[in-house]
Amino acid sequence: MLTFSKKNKVTAYIGMAVFAVVLAVLPFIMGATLGNTWVRNLDLAMLYIMLALGLNIVVGYAGLLDLGYIAFYAVGAYVYALLNSPHLVPLLAGTGFEWILHMPLLVVLPLAALMAGLFGVLLGSPTLKLRGDYLAIVTLGFGEIVRLFMNNLDRPINITNGPQGVNLIEPVSLFGHKFSQAITVFGVEFRSVHLYYYLFLALALMIIVVSIRLQSSRIGRAWVAIREDEIAAQAMGINTRNVKLLAFAMGASFGGVSGAMFASFQGFVSPESFILMESIVVLAMVVLGGMGHIPGVILGAILLFLTPEVLRDVVNPLQDKLLGERVVNPENLRMLLFGLALIFVMLVRPEGLWPSKRRKAELHEKDEKAAAEAAEKESAHG
Amino acid sequence: MDIFIQQLINGLVVGSIYALIALGYTMVYGILQLINFAHGEIVMMGAMITISAISVLSATGIGLPGPVLVVGGLLIAMPITMLIGFIIERIAYRPLRNAPRLAPLITAIGISIVLQQVAVLVWKNNPRSFPDLLPHEGHNFFGAVITDLQIVIVALALLIMVGLLVMVEKTKLGRAMRAVSMNQAVAGLMGVNINYVISMTFVIGSGLGAIAGVMVGANYGLAYPTMGFMIGLKAFTAAVLGGIGNLGGAVAGGILLGIIESVGAGYLGPLTGGVLGSHYQDIFAFMVLILVLVFRPSGLLGERVAERA
Repeated sequence: MLTFSKKNKVTAYIGMAVFAVVLAVLPFIMGATLGNTWVRNLDLAMLYIMLALGLNIVVGYAGLLDLGYIAFYAVGAYVYALLNSPHLVPLLAGTGFEWILHMPLLVVLPLAALMAGLFGVLLGSPTLKLRGDYLAIVTLGFGEIVRLFMNNLDRPINITNGPQGVNLIEPVSLFGHKFSQAITVFGVEFRSVHLYYYLFLALALMIIVVSIRLQSSRIGRAWVAIREDEIAAQAMGINTRNVKLLAFAMGASFGGVSGAMFASFQGFVSPESFILMESIVVLAMVVLGGMGHIPGVILGAILLFLTPEVLRDVVNPLQDKLLGERVVNPENLRMLLFGLALIFVMLVRPEGLWPSKRRKAELHEKDEKAAAEAAEKESAHG
Repeated sequence: MDIFIQQLINGLVVGSIYALIALGYTMVYGILQLINFAHGEIVMMGAMITISAISVLSATGIGLPGPVLVVGGLLIAMPITMLIGFIIERIAYRPLRNAPRLAPLITAIGISIVLQQVAVLVWKNNPRSFPDLLPHEGHNFFGAVITDLQIVIVALALLIMVGLLVMVEKTKLGRAMRAVSMNQAVAGLMGVNINYVISMTFVIGSGLGAIAGVMVGANYGLAYPTMGFMIGLKAFTAAVLGGIGNLGGAVAGGILLGIIESVGAGYLGPLTGGVLGSHYQDIFAFMVLILVLVFRPSGLLGERVAERA
């Protein structure tokens, strides 16, 4: 993504090192200044970054509007939850399949990614021929179907435990250490939230690296080609069907990883966490940040994740003080702001807050043309 | 057998409401090739405003009879939803008419969220019961029961649909609408005021949406700020099923979807031995939508749409 001349290389390395140190100590600074809730928020923000980057592959790279993206998050979460909680024990008792429970993280995580990816293909295959707006509706329907099944698959066989959700999910256990317990290294106490932070950070970095590598790869260029003009892409020899399916599968698997981590972090999953609004929130992150541009998407995820947290800290005390009662629910206000932001960004800055140069150029092509034409006219007159 | 007829009647009632909403989707789609995501919220607004208007009207203490109150409430709600529809088109769709396809779709989602959240702010996030003002005496119909209210809903819906079809086929505005949907640029060259026609399409669709909203409220006995999403999605499915952009198709698709849903939900439990119950009812609409889009994207009566990019 970035290339440096030799002169700048040293500065760049120093910059990266500083950035790495900041990332490493961030939870402790946050914990000391803003309190422990914010360390938790930091962890959740990482999950949203992963989600937004996953959706970015589908929407940003391949230009396929997916409104049911949260379904993959749900699939990942339920895979982890069911395999790492006592919930399936009675169902599996005596079937000889008890071994699938309590597998190590390095097995469960790829499994969650794989399952979510499979669901991505499942969703992708019937919708490939559809145009953008139809695709949006079908993906939306798909997301709802997944949620409805999770809500209702508690009978006749209790698989998902219905609306009550699955609880008692075990925390992540890595190198023989359970993340629920604090660990002290060199006199520094790393608590559960800190451990999760580093795990999520590592995963997010991994997803970022994969995203960057994908972007300029053959596949990534094929996605952009499809986004810009499907027929032309096909004429250039791109197998649009496979390439689109791959976009769905890749995006979905990132969502699955994020979902699995969400399940272990919360210790509880229920269908309520996977409603349509969540899909829209993630979409808003990608769109507002800058579709197809990784730093932009990360910025969007952080901004939109933080808004409700800040709103909660500001709106309620403000209302208590000014009105003496709570009229507006911060959650309500947040969604209202999201809606307005979506409209506003599309009208005023369709490329997002931090777009890639290329996208910006594409979207302002007309302005430039108009400017060029105006200049031409002027010179003709003069 | 009487259960079958009963489900058929219920399906017909719900289906004619779907059809009315689907007309709103299909009219806009026919002219702009745009899915007006916010249409479901218009329906919700119609229902909620009517409920509030009825409570205001009945608080005046004139003692109007029930049906008059409902009609009065609707007459207050309709201009408001029409205005909302007009404003939506003006601020969210018109500036983006030549933008990439994704853009108006995203503003539509934004509008939909804004309307829903405004409704939550105004009415709080609780179901409101629709005042019990309309006669619903049951009549025996081949062993099943059909109420006055249901008869009125179906009759009114059919009447409105016929009226709309006549308008589109016979009036000047209707002709202009058909012209714009065929070829916007050429219609403009022939002297059709394109912006006016598009605005009117939204206004008419939103008016129909308000009527449908009141029907939904009266039929189920309640309305709530988040109801727009599901009802909008089902009506959209109906429009796709019939062939989007085709008015007759929307009507056929709506009624068909209503019947599929209601008969399907009624028989799903017994047929699967209780494995799948009527709580899967909402899945029918999605399944129908996906199946139609996969096997016959043009719908029952529509032209091919899948290939256009």
